[in-house]
This record gives sequence, structure tokens and C-alpha cells, in this order.
Amino acid sequence: MQAAIFIRLALIEARRGGLAWLAPLCIALGVALGVFLAQLAITESRLLQVAVVAALLRLSAVLMLAAQVVSSVRREADERRLELLLALPLGRATQYLGRLAGFVALGVVLAACFALPLLLWSPPAAVLAWAASLALELALVAAAALFFAMSLTQLVPALAATAGLYVLARSISAVQAIASGPLAEHSLAHELGRGTVSALAFLLPTLDRATRTEWLLYGPPDSRTLSVALAGMLIYTALLAMAGLFDFQRRAL
Amino acid sequence: MRGEERPLAALPTWLWLGLAAVLAVHIGWRALEPLAQPRELDLPAPPSAAALRVASMGEAEATARVAMLYLQAFDYGAGNLTPYRKLDYRRLAEWLDHILELDPRSQYPLFAAARVYAETADETRARLMLEFVYREFFVDPDRRWPWLAHAALLAKHRLQDLALARRYAQAIEQYTRASDVPLWAKHMEIFILEDMNELEAARIMLGGLLASGTIRDPAEARFLADRLKALEARRPPAR
Repeated sequence: MQAAIFIRLALIEARRGGLAWLAPLCIALGVALGVFLAQLAITESRLLQVAVVAALLRLSAVLMLAAQVVSSVRREADERRLELLLALPLGRATQYLGRLAGFVALGVVLAACFALPLLLWSPPAAVLAWAASLALELALVAAAALFFAMSLTQLVPALAATAGLYVLARSISAVQAIASGPLAEHSLAHELGRGTVSALAFLLPTLDRATRTEWLLYGPPDSRTLSVALAGMLIYTALLAMAGLFDFQRRAL
Repeated sequence: MRGEERPLAALPTWLWLGLAAVLAVHIGWRALEPLAQPRELDLPAPPSAAALRVASMGEAEATARVAMLYLQAFDYGAGNLTPYRKLDYRRLAEWLDHILELDPRSQYPLFAAARVYAETADETRARLMLEFVYREFFVDPDRRWPWLAHAALLAKHRLQDLALARRYAQAIEQYTRASDVPLWAKHMEIFILEDMNELEAARIMLGGLLASGTIRDPAEARFLADRLKALEARRPPAR
């Protein structure tokens, strides 16, 4: 019941904050760009459309949600609404997780909306896998943005930290591959660097395996691949939620 | 708001346990996650320099270097079982060519071509790379001569192809104009001619060089004069 209130609040805030027109605008621009590029392609025009639109929509959804979460938390803090909420007879865990549930719900709505235009070019099963993966990816981004917004207390550092985590999570596999290349010198510094990269990889999710455009182009992934990608994101979202809750519980208000 | 925190001991036990449990599950999951299986892949066709330029969004120099890292890692280390020695060298040369077009002042592609890819034991592949270095040398001889000099050495010592080595040395001698190009590089052709037993041609070149007065260093002039004397001594007697 309390979680439902937080979810409703997050959705109302997003609608009033401009996300209600920004998201359709993104979709319209993405589709228009896809149609335009298809006119230029001499082959694979459908694949070109879906690849460009999907990549663009995925990134837009992540950026929009991260900005929405961070700005919402900052606004709450600046207007002293956070103190007001903490004064209510609600557990801190309920408040934190309720707020997170609201942003996760917003992510699910965004993922569903952004997946719809892809049905124009890709089979429903592939779009469904892509949408489910995007929904969980957005849940992870929401958890990261909430954690950084709560703990860093400033807008720009919180946004930068969220973006940094996201970019790193999407590129860590490539970084690891490059670090273990045979042309790299075998020095102590290199071994140290490679060890650091491997250790860092253990602390990050592998977002490069999630929400893949190739699913839309060449068919949905097998159930094992999809479940590995989804479970990894789910676990990391839980980790971020626990870390955020840990920090929130320490606050002396 | 920071600095007004409760002590860690005040936190409920379930929170500690929960955080530790989720962290352990995440690390365990990452450790168990299937690794990407290495496959035998050859290089894909490179994007055009224009496409790379668009993708760089104005950061051509950075993109050129990242593309070099990609190229460099395109073998076993990047989840590919094909070592670089077995890659399609024509395609490799295209990649290097496009990267160089993206940042013509970068020495990285030429370094990789001359020092890494050309040093393969496969003669056909090595020649392809040496020709790439030779072609690219003419775009900016004063900056790119070191790689052609290295190519000349490879041609001479590894491929035992003195004619090829002479062609590269000749290009350095004829096209470099900068004052910082060392004389050993500019005179390389003379020594290759000697090795080819083209003593007469070497003697004329060396004599002309000494007569031109371009050699300012007395030690170097002395050394070259000694070489000229040695060449004169090796000349067959006139009939």
C-alpha cells in the first residue's frame, strides 16, 4: 500500500516534470531519424532503421531516467520535503525502497513505451526480450542514480557518478579484453593495471550483454542468455538498493 | 547533511547481513557468469576514414588512437583465437591507412606496421606491410622517415632483398628535407649498394656527398672519407 503511494507519486512527478512530452518526442525523433536513414541506405534499410532507433532510444531512456531521479531527490532535499517525510511514521527502509519502487515503475513505463515503435520492424518476441532487458537496465540505473543522489548530495556529481558507472559497466568487458592483449608489455605496472581492471569488473554489472540490438536484428536470444543478462542486472539492482539503504539508515535527521 | 551520521553500530543487523549477502551474491554471480568464448575471427572490413571521422564527433585524434587499440587487441586477447600473424594483411593495411587518414600526424599506425606487423615470419605478409610503410612515407617524408628506415633494415636483413632495401633507402635520401634527419638515414643507400657489390655506384654517391659539403661533422666526414678510400681500394684495376 505504502509502496503504491510512492509509485504513484513518482509517476505524477514525472508527468508534471515534462517527461510525459519528452518521451514521446524522443520516440518521434528516433522514428523520424530511422525513416530518414532508411532512405539513404542501399540495402538492409529495415535493419538500419531498427539498429539506429533502438540504440538511440536505449540511451535516451537511460539519460532521462537518471536525470529525473537525481533532480527529484535534489528537489526533495532542497525543499526540505525529505525531513518532512522522515518525520512521518514510516520506516526508513519503506521510504527508501518505496521511492526506488516508484522510479523502477517509471523505468518500466519508459521501457514499454520505447519498445513499442520497434514493433514496426522487429518480431514481437525479440522486442519483448529487448523491452524486458531495458526495463531491468533502467531499474539498475534508477537504483544507481538514487544511491548517488542520496549519498553525494549534489546534482552534478550525482549525475556524473551515475553516467560513469553506466559507461564503465557497458565497456568493462572491452577494457578487460584490451588489457589482456598479447602486445601489451609484461611489466609490473601492466600486471597491476590488469589486476585492477579484473577486480573492478567483479564489482560492476555487465551491461554490454543486456538490451542488445542484435536481438532485434537477428532474432531473440535463447532463454539462457536472456536469463543470465536479466539476473545479473537484478542482483546488481538489489546490491545498489542495499547500499543506498545502508547509507540512508546512517543519516541522523 | 553529511557529517551528521549515526554510528555504524546503530544500524540494524539485518541491514549489515543484507548488504553482505547481496554483495556476495553479485560477486559469485560475476564469477560464475559464462565468459565470452574465443572464436577464430578475421578482421572485419574497416570503416571508411569519413565514417570514422563522423563517429569521432570532432575527436579525430582520440578516435584514431582508440581504433589502434581495437586493432591491436584484435587477436587472442580480445576473445579471438586468430593471432595477428594470421590476419588478413590487406585488410589490416586498410585499417592502418584509414586510421592514419584520421590523424596523419600520429606515428602509431606506422610504428605498428613497421615494428609489429612487418616483423612476422611470413614473407608475403611482411612485404605487404613494408609496402604500406613505403606508400605512406611519401605523404610526410620528414616525419615518417624512421619507419621507412626500419623497413629498409627489415628488407635487408630479414628478407635479404637488397633491391627492395635500396628502393626504400633511396626514397629517404631523395625525399627527406628536414635538418633533423640524421645522415646515417640519408646515406643508407650507399651502404646497401656496397652490400650489393655495386661499388662503382656507391663510390660515386659517396664522393658526391663529400664534395657537396653538406657534411659538417668532422668525425662523420672522416668516417665517410675512410669508407670512400676503402671502396677505391676494392675497385677492380683499370685495364
